[in-house]
Amino acid sequence: MHLAIIGNGVTGTTAARYVRKVKDWEITVISSETEHFFSRTALMYIYMGHMKYEHTKPYEDWFWGKNDINLVYDHVTDINIHKKELKLRDGSPIGYDKLVIATGSNTNKFGWPGQNLDGVQGLYSYPDLKLMEENTKDINRAAIVGGGLIGVEVAEMLHSRNIPVTFLVRETNYWDNALPKEEAQMVNREIRRHNYIDLHLETYLKEILADDNGRVRAVVTENGDKIPCQFVALTPGVHPNIELVEDSDIATNRGILVNHFFETNHEDIYAAGDCVEFTDAAEDAPPIEQLWYTGRKQGEALARILCGERKKYDRGIWFNSAKFFNIEWQTYGGVPPQLPEGIDTFYWEHDDGRHSMRINFDEQDRAISGINVMGIRLRHMVCEQWIKDGKSLEYMLQNLGDVMFDPEFSEKYEHAIIDYYNQLNPDKEQLKLKRERGLFDIFQFRNKETA
Amino acid sequence: MKDQDLNRTIDEITDSNPGHTTASAIKYIGLGLFFVGLLVFLGSLMMNDYKLTNQVLQKSIVGDEQQSQSSAQGGSGGGASRAGKSKKMIQLSAIEAEVQPMLGKTYTSQFAFISDLRTALATADETLTNENKMYSYQQGQYLMYITKAAGTGFLSDNLWLLFWLSIGLGCFGALMYFLPKLWLTLPGIQNDHIYHNPATKGKTIGIIMGSLLIGFYVVLYWYPEYIANWIAMVDPISYAIKGEEASQWFLYGLLYTLAIVVMGVRMFIKYRHSTYHMIRTGSVMFFQTAFAFLIPEILVALNKPYFDFKNIWPLHYDFFYDYSLNNLAGSGSLGLFMLVWGIALIIIGVPVFTYFYGKRWYCSWVCGCGGLAETMGDPHRQLSDKSLNAWKIERWMVHSVLVLVVIMTAGVLYTYWTGSSNVLGVSTYTVRSWYGFAIGSVFAGVIGVGFYPFMGNRVWCRFGCPLAAYLGLVQRFKSRFRITTNGGQCISCGNCSTYCEMGIDVRWYAQRGQNIVRSSCVGCGVCASVCPRGVLKLENGPEEGRFNEPKAFTITDDGIEMNKEMAA
Repeated sequence: MHLAIIGNGVTGTTAARYVRKVKDWEITVISSETEHFFSRTALMYIYMGHMKYEHTKPYEDWFWGKNDINLVYDHVTDINIHKKELKLRDGSPIGYDKLVIATGSNTNKFGWPGQNLDGVQGLYSYPDLKLMEENTKDINRAAIVGGGLIGVEVAEMLHSRNIPVTFLVRETNYWDNALPKEEAQMVNREIRRHNYIDLHLETYLKEILADDNGRVRAVVTENGDKIPCQFVALTPGVHPNIELVEDSDIATNRGILVNHFFETNHEDIYAAGDCVEFTDAAEDAPPIEQLWYTGRKQGEALARILCGERKKYDRGIWFNSAKFFNIEWQTYGGVPPQLPEGIDTFYWEHDDGRHSMRINFDEQDRAISGINVMGIRLRHMVCEQWIKDGKSLEYMLQNLGDVMFDPEFSEKYEHAIIDYYNQLNPDKEQLKLKRERGLFDIFQFRNKETA
Repeated sequence: MKDQDLNRTIDEITDSNPGHTTASAIKYIGLGLFFVGLLVFLGSLMMNDYKLTNQVLQKSIVGDEQQSQSSAQGGSGGGASRAGKSKKMIQLSAIEAEVQPMLGKTYTSQFAFISDLRTALATADETLTNENKMYSYQQGQYLMYITKAAGTGFLSDNLWLLFWLSIGLGCFGALMYFLPKLWLTLPGIQNDHIYHNPATKGKTIGIIMGSLLIGFYVVLYWYPEYIANWIAMVDPISYAIKGEEASQWFLYGLLYTLAIVVMGVRMFIKYRHSTYHMIRTGSVMFFQTAFAFLIPEILVALNKPYFDFKNIWPLHYDFFYDYSLNNLAGSGSLGLFMLVWGIALIIIGVPVFTYFYGKRWYCSWVCGCGGLAETMGDPHRQLSDKSLNAWKIERWMVHSVLVLVVIMTAGVLYTYWTGSSNVLGVSTYTVRSWYGFAIGSVFAGVIGVGFYPFMGNRVWCRFGCPLAAYLGLVQRFKSRFRITTNGGQCISCGNCSTYCEMGIDVRWYAQRGQNIVRSSCVGCGVCASVCPRGVLKLENGPEEGRFNEPKAFTITDDGIEMNKEMAA
């Protein structure tokens, strides 16, 4: 049995590793991006000089040989479904018995005039990073178009090099198609707190202008403002990379179409990760998942299916996290930007405007359905358990000490949060913290939640 | 908006912080002053002439009140000093006979003076009978003290001035360099450009810094006569604190403490968003200044044994040496208390504190080596090797040193109680002097600090410190401390592993949802700080569940099984 995997990102690599733990199949992972698996999420830190490329590799280079996983550094140009063979750009063709396509994403471009000029790019892959390094050498002005998680990362990257940035974002508040208004406004403030960054909300890109050499010289917004710059980062999200299969018999829509067993329309061909679109997605789940976490989970679930245990992929209780400059964000369960019918929200924000906690709960039984924290760390497993068990808002508030994950000695927000609740609900029974975290965490003797 | 207006907006954001330019200027002036201080410090080695006189000899050998440099080395008790003095008188006259040609002659070159003096001392030693011989150790001490006392000229006339222009200016310049970051940066993780900077990525400037440090240690340990001018420069401070002239160990202690304090201020600024780092940095600054530097010197001034109350055997490897035990035993109830205290720390303090808090209570809160690593060494923490291979070497080395120090100490105690220095044909004195040379000086000092810019700031703690090995065994097998991994939130970015000074591949555990329980972890907490997703937390908790199963996935013989927590 020969398992071939196209793509060495987190999905393909995770699948290969877990299959290897169970099966002695021949496993080949093919990628033209980098020779070894690296953490895409760490690209920004290479640019900022926190790490070198080597540091972003989660496994040492000997790991693959030791686990008998063949790595092929080449580009697959064609899949011959009938001969079960992959054509490579440089090397000789590779046959397979089972195939996994995990080709990830490409940057969205919405047909703006000038979007392919020199100095205009997205940031998704390692080659993108190297290009950005070249493109931002000796420039004195940059523009970012599109505000999402990559946009704020690029802003932070350019900020680390003191390059002034004009940041064009369509939304009313930063990333408010994913964050509720208060949190989105907190991100606005955090971005604007940094020098050199000029955040323009509700601003649409019209075109990108070229100089005589075909390089970007300015961006023009829809209200006619012209902003000179020598670099443009396009960060309005990503879409499945399906270039390889677009003209093949493998069914695609926006992504490669698969069911929740990652099966495509061809036997023995599977697809997973950013590049797939689920045909049977649940109502509240998006058909395309483009996160590190979902990529990893899909890789794990796919490995199990490949090994013969055909169990449907279920992403479980949702979680996600990010960092907006110095503000960390974590979310558990569902916290949509607009409050759904029948759900109420409790939102507390610190006076400094840089820490907040939001708890969404059912209006009827007050069971928590989602948690959003900014600048506060929570315990993943506890949040997941509480949501699963349908614990009430009041239960959570009284037991905040068990869910807080901030470092020892850091400021404790529990009292402020619970006082705020009591203030909002003077008619209700006044809540009290069940467990005081000691003056010093270091003297804690009774802490079951850490287990 | 018109183009011109937009241009103005951009100019405004560029200059939105008017204090920016001033702060930058202060920063670079500070850097300049630091280098001026460093140059004056190096230059001061050439700012004296040397003239040997009978008074100089008298003062350096018999001394006015000089109890040998001793404090750091154990020192001689009051009873032995009379015998010592007459022995020294004999040595003095032998030396006087040999240095006749040098007397009254003014040397402009330190090297020529030391060379002549060294020959004279060696020749003098040959004329002495066995019981009065100086041997190489005593010769080395005389060489340094005589050189220092023979110094005359600009430096000797301006000790305070030169102290302020070198060490003082260096500290001041360094602080000026760090302080503006309060205005230039926002609180938060500040690792920008560490791998772009030749000082911190293990290249050029780092190599120069490392070489200077190594050179300093070699001279300090084996050729202190060449830095006699530096030692002379801190004499006034030494007199102020303990009423004695300075030895090379006083100079070292002073520089070491200043390094921890000044670089500790840098830590306060860099990690001002984290109370944990502020407190532990304050802690090492306090323990170094009070316990390692001031209290022992004050004890000496009060004619008590030099004793560092926070130094624990086997890091404090000469605690059980005969001269140390005799010294404590001969110092009344205080000496007895010191002896009991030292032993209690070993057998009660280490296991109890480590059980509750992990080895961090010592390594990154109290220890002097750890204190220097966490402050002066912080800019180089990322250079530690994270490979599996390095971990293997580390375990072999650090535990071998632990075994070695136990054997060496057992031999020393055997000799102390039986009077016989011979165990299985090996002299316990040879073993202990080799241990002191190879581990105590070369490994802990020259390599331990000198290699900061090459192998990270914890080379000694990781590969060599026997106390770290002992604390680590307790931490690994019987402790409540762990670094908790927060479920599935890891994105494998690698910041934690990169910034682990002990070379632990933290990410290996974090990305599989597993808690980090490692004997080497000193609990500095930087992995948890640099994590952009809030995945790691240092904590003390019940032993139950400390070693958790990887959360994401479990592989059994029957197939793959999703772990309960993650399975929907």
